[in-house]
Amino acid sequence: MNLSDDDFTLFGLPQRFALDRAALDDCWRALQARVHPDRFASEGAAAQRLAMQWAVRVNEAYQRLKDPLKRGAYLCELRGAPIQAENNTAMPAAFLMQQMAWREALDEADSLASVEALDEQVAAHEQALLAELGRTLDGTADASAAAQQVRALMFVARFRNDIGRRLEALDA
Amino acid sequence: MALLQLSEPGQTPDPHARRIAVGIDLGTTHSLVAAVRHGVAECLPDGDGRVILPSVVRYLDGGGRQIGFDARQAQADDPENTLASVKRFMGRRLADVTGADKLPYRFVDQPGMVAVETRAGLKTPVEVSAEILATLRYRAEDTFSDDLYGAVITVPAYFDDAQRQATKDAAQLAGLNVLRLINEPTAAAVAYGLDNGSEGLYAVYDLGGGTFDISLLRLSRGVFEVVATGGDAALGGDDFDQALADWALARAGRSASSPHDKRAVLVAARAAKEALTDADQAVLACELAGPPLAVPVSRAEFDALTRPLVERTLSAVRKVLRDAKVKREEVMGVVMVGGSTRMPAIPAAVGELFGRAPLTNLNPDEVVAVGAAIQANALAGNAQDGELLLLDVIPLSLGLETMGGLVERVIERNTTIPVAKAQDFTTFKDGQTAMAIHVLQGERELVADCRSLARFELRGIPPMVAGAARIRVTFQVDADGLLSVAARELGSGVEASVVVKPSYGLADDQIAQMLKDGFASAEVDMAARSLRESRVEAERMTLATRAALAADGELLDAAERDSIEALLVDLNRIAAGDDHAAIDSAVERLADGTEAFAAARMNRGIQAALTGRKLNDL
Repeated sequence: MNLSDDDFTLFGLPQRFALDRAALDDCWRALQARVHPDRFASEGAAAQRLAMQWAVRVNEAYQRLKDPLKRGAYLCELRGAPIQAENNTAMPAAFLMQQMAWREALDEADSLASVEALDEQVAAHEQALLAELGRTLDGTADASAAAQQVRALMFVARFRNDIGRRLEALDA
Repeated sequence: MALLQLSEPGQTPDPHARRIAVGIDLGTTHSLVAAVRHGVAECLPDGDGRVILPSVVRYLDGGGRQIGFDARQAQADDPENTLASVKRFMGRRLADVTGADKLPYRFVDQPGMVAVETRAGLKTPVEVSAEILATLRYRAEDTFSDDLYGAVITVPAYFDDAQRQATKDAAQLAGLNVLRLINEPTAAAVAYGLDNGSEGLYAVYDLGGGTFDISLLRLSRGVFEVVATGGDAALGGDDFDQALADWALARAGRSASSPHDKRAVLVAARAAKEALTDADQAVLACELAGPPLAVPVSRAEFDALTRPLVERTLSAVRKVLRDAKVKREEVMGVVMVGGSTRMPAIPAAVGELFGRAPLTNLNPDEVVAVGAAIQANALAGNAQDGELLLLDVIPLSLGLETMGGLVERVIERNTTIPVAKAQDFTTFKDGQTAMAIHVLQGERELVADCRSLARFELRGIPPMVAGAARIRVTFQVDADGLLSVAARELGSGVEASVVVKPSYGLADDQIAQMLKDGFASAEVDMAARSLRESRVEAERMTLATRAALAADGELLDAAERDSIEALLVDLNRIAAGDDHAAIDSAVERLADGTEAFAAARMNRGIQAALTGRKLNDL
């Protein structure tokens, strides 16, 4: 076991998109129970430093694996198709139209209920896109097609962030 | 002839082997210290049997101080020299303190943190907090007739980096070895969860004297995982007092302008608020310049005038549920913490929101200190099972200033700690050789709306065209929730870093100076103290190493084992002398010499964790 092992190896999981969330959570807790600095509170500085490195590494992998979008992006990278979102902004026209329609709907929504309804609609769409990404990554193994799907999902995630900010403003 | 004393590997012949570790709840209105005694965590009482210490310090003529009940008694008589609720000023500038004009203090705005002018000179919130912590430390040492090994100190989950750092500085100033800062709601959950053997998702609603926290925790076989946390670091019982005082003054057509009157009306408001916990009617009464004030108030009136404050807490609760992507029905229980949750309107409103009655079976004043004591006991290595593990999060996002006064988030709020994250930046001008790094905390997009934590500069970047340099900025948040930031230009390797404390908190040499000035440890001989601490550390390292050798010695070959044994013998010999610097460096040599061994053991632990899981899957 090595600090530089990939996330899946570290958690003893198969390198694929489909994931048993409960097993991931259990494994995370079991690993933290072994490496957390509090487990080495009565040992010296060297053990503390090492525990800190491992605990950070385990948390990093957990954050990446538990988030489907981050997990998808990571798998693309492991399979030689890095996302490079900043250099790949071209998206299909239909997708962009959809985005614009959503943004307009958000601008026009003026109540907590209407923003929440929009969020539910977008969340359902996001779920469908994630399922599609899963089929690409675990089924066809076409990494560059998967990378394009990840980039589309990043737009959706950013939009849901904006919705979240709007919900907060309406609830304040 | 004396008998040879035999002991098992990893054990110690020393009768004082059990380390005294305490949990301290440093609260806005009162503070407590607790410890595990005979297997039970309990708050330690003072000589008069009281566990609560009012967080009030009065500076007297001639350098004396009153701390606790006596000081609180004198609040209205000596308002300018009697400092209460200083937790609200920890790590804060004057501009951050809401309602400062209504408080009877002579505030002095200072870079880093506000201070108060008293007859004993300028006092920072850190110094005042240190007085309270030192009082609790003496209480614990008297109880056990022994020195303390260390303390776990609680902070509101919503405290930012500056406030945490200020708390740690205060503890250091009080001569306490801080084992860990933990969040108050997490401590409450530990006390509650271990008591009830609970599993599942719980909410902790903590309304104290000056701060409000809401945390969601998942409890699973001794692991307390904070899922999300939120709140308001400037909302608490004090605000209810202030609202009631303002209301009563307005109703009577009066005002309170002198320090005495300001304090007197607040004290009276607090008394009336407390009376309304059980009674439907109370009278807010006090002596003011002119005729005395006496305003009757009903509970319904009190509830109506403080409803906006309750609403603010509920809005924070809803935000945390959204953050955690959790529905309110999934929450299996709501734990009430903090004296302010005794106001009947609070459990009623919280119960309505969650659709279930909140849990109130533990004393809301004591539960935080008790939880901290349980964690302190575990960190000191006294716990038998070692099952307890706290996985906490950072409460506020951390980021950097980028072009145009915008904040680029590096670590999102509610990320489990410890955590490290790197982000790459580049230069924007040809030949640029320096880069300013501005570290911020908060959720807003504009630099001006976030809290500035630190600024530093990376210098010596070799001149390149704009955009060619690759500057990697790494944020690291340790298990106490404290941040350090490093920047490195990847091509040339030039580096700069900062432990985030210069803009808030005290520098180490300031603390050293204050300790030397006799603060909080007047009767302690510093040299003797250093020597004792070094010896304790040497013993601790020796025991830990022996225990590791006993458990996993077969990971070493003969030569490796011999070299560790040699270091142990060396340390043992030096620790018998009285040169504390020599002991420290021998400890450091042992730490370095066992690093590879520690790495091998860590690896074995991880393998075991994975194998254990796989066996469970079968």
